[in-house]
Amino acid sequence: MRFLFKTDYEDDIKLFPHSGYWVSYGVLLALLLIAPYVLSSYLMSQLVFVCIYAIVGVALLILTGFTGQASLGHAAFLAIGAYTAAYLQTYNVPFPVYFLAAGLLTGIIGAMVGFPALRLTGIYLVIATISFALIVEEILARWESVTHGNEGMRVKTLSLLGVAVPRDSPTFYYLCLAVLVLTIVGTLNLLRSPTGRAFVAIRDSETAARSMGVNVALYKVKSFAISAAITGFAGVLFAHKLSFISPEMFTLQLSIEFIIVILIGGAFSLHGAVLGAIFIVMIDPFLTYLKDDMPGMIAGIAAAFGAGPATAGDIQSKVAAFASLNGLKGAIYGIIIVLFVLFEPLGLYGRWLKIKLFFQLFPLYKRATFKRQKIYVKSERNR
Amino acid sequence: MLDFVQQLVSGVALGCVYGLIALGFVLVYKATEVVNFAQGDLMMLGGFFAFTFIGMMGLNYWVGFAGAVAAMALFGMLAERVVVRPILGYPQFSIIMATIGLGYFLRSIAGMIWGTDDLKIETPFSQGVLRIGSLVLAYDKLSVIAATMILCTLLWLFFNKTTLGTAMRASSENMLAAYYMGIPVKRVVSIVWAISAAVATCAGVLLAPITFIHSNVGLVLGLKAFPAAVLGGFGSIPGAVVGGVLIGVIESMAGFYLPEGWKDVAPYVVLLAVLLLKPEGLFGHHVRKKV
Repeated sequence: MRFLFKTDYEDDIKLFPHSGYWVSYGVLLALLLIAPYVLSSYLMSQLVFVCIYAIVGVALLILTGFTGQASLGHAAFLAIGAYTAAYLQTYNVPFPVYFLAAGLLTGIIGAMVGFPALRLTGIYLVIATISFALIVEEILARWESVTHGNEGMRVKTLSLLGVAVPRDSPTFYYLCLAVLVLTIVGTLNLLRSPTGRAFVAIRDSETAARSMGVNVALYKVKSFAISAAITGFAGVLFAHKLSFISPEMFTLQLSIEFIIVILIGGAFSLHGAVLGAIFIVMIDPFLTYLKDDMPGMIAGIAAAFGAGPATAGDIQSKVAAFASLNGLKGAIYGIIIVLFVLFEPLGLYGRWLKIKLFFQLFPLYKRATFKRQKIYVKSERNR
Repeated sequence: MLDFVQQLVSGVALGCVYGLIALGFVLVYKATEVVNFAQGDLMMLGGFFAFTFIGMMGLNYWVGFAGAVAAMALFGMLAERVVVRPILGYPQFSIIMATIGLGYFLRSIAGMIWGTDDLKIETPFSQGVLRIGSLVLAYDKLSVIAATMILCTLLWLFFNKTTLGTAMRASSENMLAAYYMGIPVKRVVSIVWAISAAVATCAGVLLAPITFIHSNVGLVLGLKAFPAAVLGGFGSIPGAVVGGVLIGVIESMAGFYLPEGWKDVAPYVVLLAVLLLKPEGLFGHHVRKKV
């Protein structure tokens, strides 16, 4: 086990605490860079979605994970970013300009949502953000001169410095990856700055933060604005990836998916956003794969245990019928969420930490290290 | 003028629908400070249970109704035991996610068992209208209004006048302290889930003639009932009904007087405005924290 000996504050806030980080992140980056030459085009497309979801996950983590302000309205910010890009594109605005403009506009709208949200906590904040998202969705459907209403908008191919970047080209993937990496590094820097510390202070106790001299209102609005702006950037990429956007893509369902990203990933670390994004995006192809291959596998197992070919065939067709039932995906989705909340409240990243600690402490690991101490509720109404 | 009154009355009827579902939200929140996002889906499931008893097994309407309520009360306890009990005391957010997951699960399971068609239950109120002057009100809507008023009164009495109700309020305030005072907190939570599932079933069965029963009915109506509960101040039982009626009236007025598209948005605009002025909802009360 490695012991880090810290002698001053600079050691404490280092981005890379020791050389091992350089090696592991270097290898990861190298793998991601060669991915387009190794993976199939379908998986590459999914990987782009992982990048976009992870960017939104990071944005949501800033707001929910680090400032403690729940939001079920991030699909609306994504929509604003996407529509800004699509609209400005019709005036032949170059990509870098509308990319930044989308982030700026979404950030301003985020701040505008942040102001009324200042006085709201807990469930009231959740419903306020849901209301905001539903209103945005309705505006997108009705403001036909700009958004073309329910017909949706076609998004032209991205053109970067005069070169066309099709949505399934490796260059587009590299662009998304670059935005993701920049977002993560930027967020890490933000979190170790006074602003980030203020966010965490507000999350842990608003009253205590205020009495330490943190301007709670200012930092909450900042958190909303930053989170919204990053989501807006993701929205531009999302629009280009889909090449067609319409209001029904940005529903409450999508907002819930974003929350699931950080919940399943682990809402206390940026790793969680990426892991959660991988999980959410990859679960679809995985379930399809299971649906196609499960019946054959189960029949094979049955045959291995001595079932006759007729019985095995019977089992195979029954399992296949079950697997193709309508709505099975929703049920599995629900079960996964519940199981995660019940058995791994710290998310995938929490599980990774536990595995790591297990090997670090090898014979001495004990489960109680991660056990939750407080197991009763005190009213949050008196916060 | 007559248009206005007719819109008002149908708005109130619609609002009582929302209020009835919102009651379930408020119940669970009042006793455990948990927001049950699966409330609408419990309602949907209650409707399907009643359909099974009445439509498929051919029981008498009232017997089937009672059977569905009892079955759903048990189901509520089961859901609490499996999904909520293990994480009781965790941050609210975790429990919200767990109930969202439960909602997904119930919706798709219901879709698998009962199919995706709209189902209908034959009720004694299905036909006929009440006429007062030139006002028209269908009996099925009248039954919802009556049930909402009765349930609201009963639940209010239950929470404020009975020992069990007081125990519930105590355990929501501080679980540990309530436990020290001899309140069986776990059983209290279990009972409140049973009650809220039963209330949800009442809503589901009474709404069956109006909205029909399909696997997404809970999601659609739950999304309207939720602002109703918030508008009334989440912890208040009369507030839920008042909030529901307000949302219903606003919706039907906006649908009649404002341009198309406002109908769906107006309730949320009003909700945001109210939350701006009164962050605790209309009937909620503001409490200061001691440090």
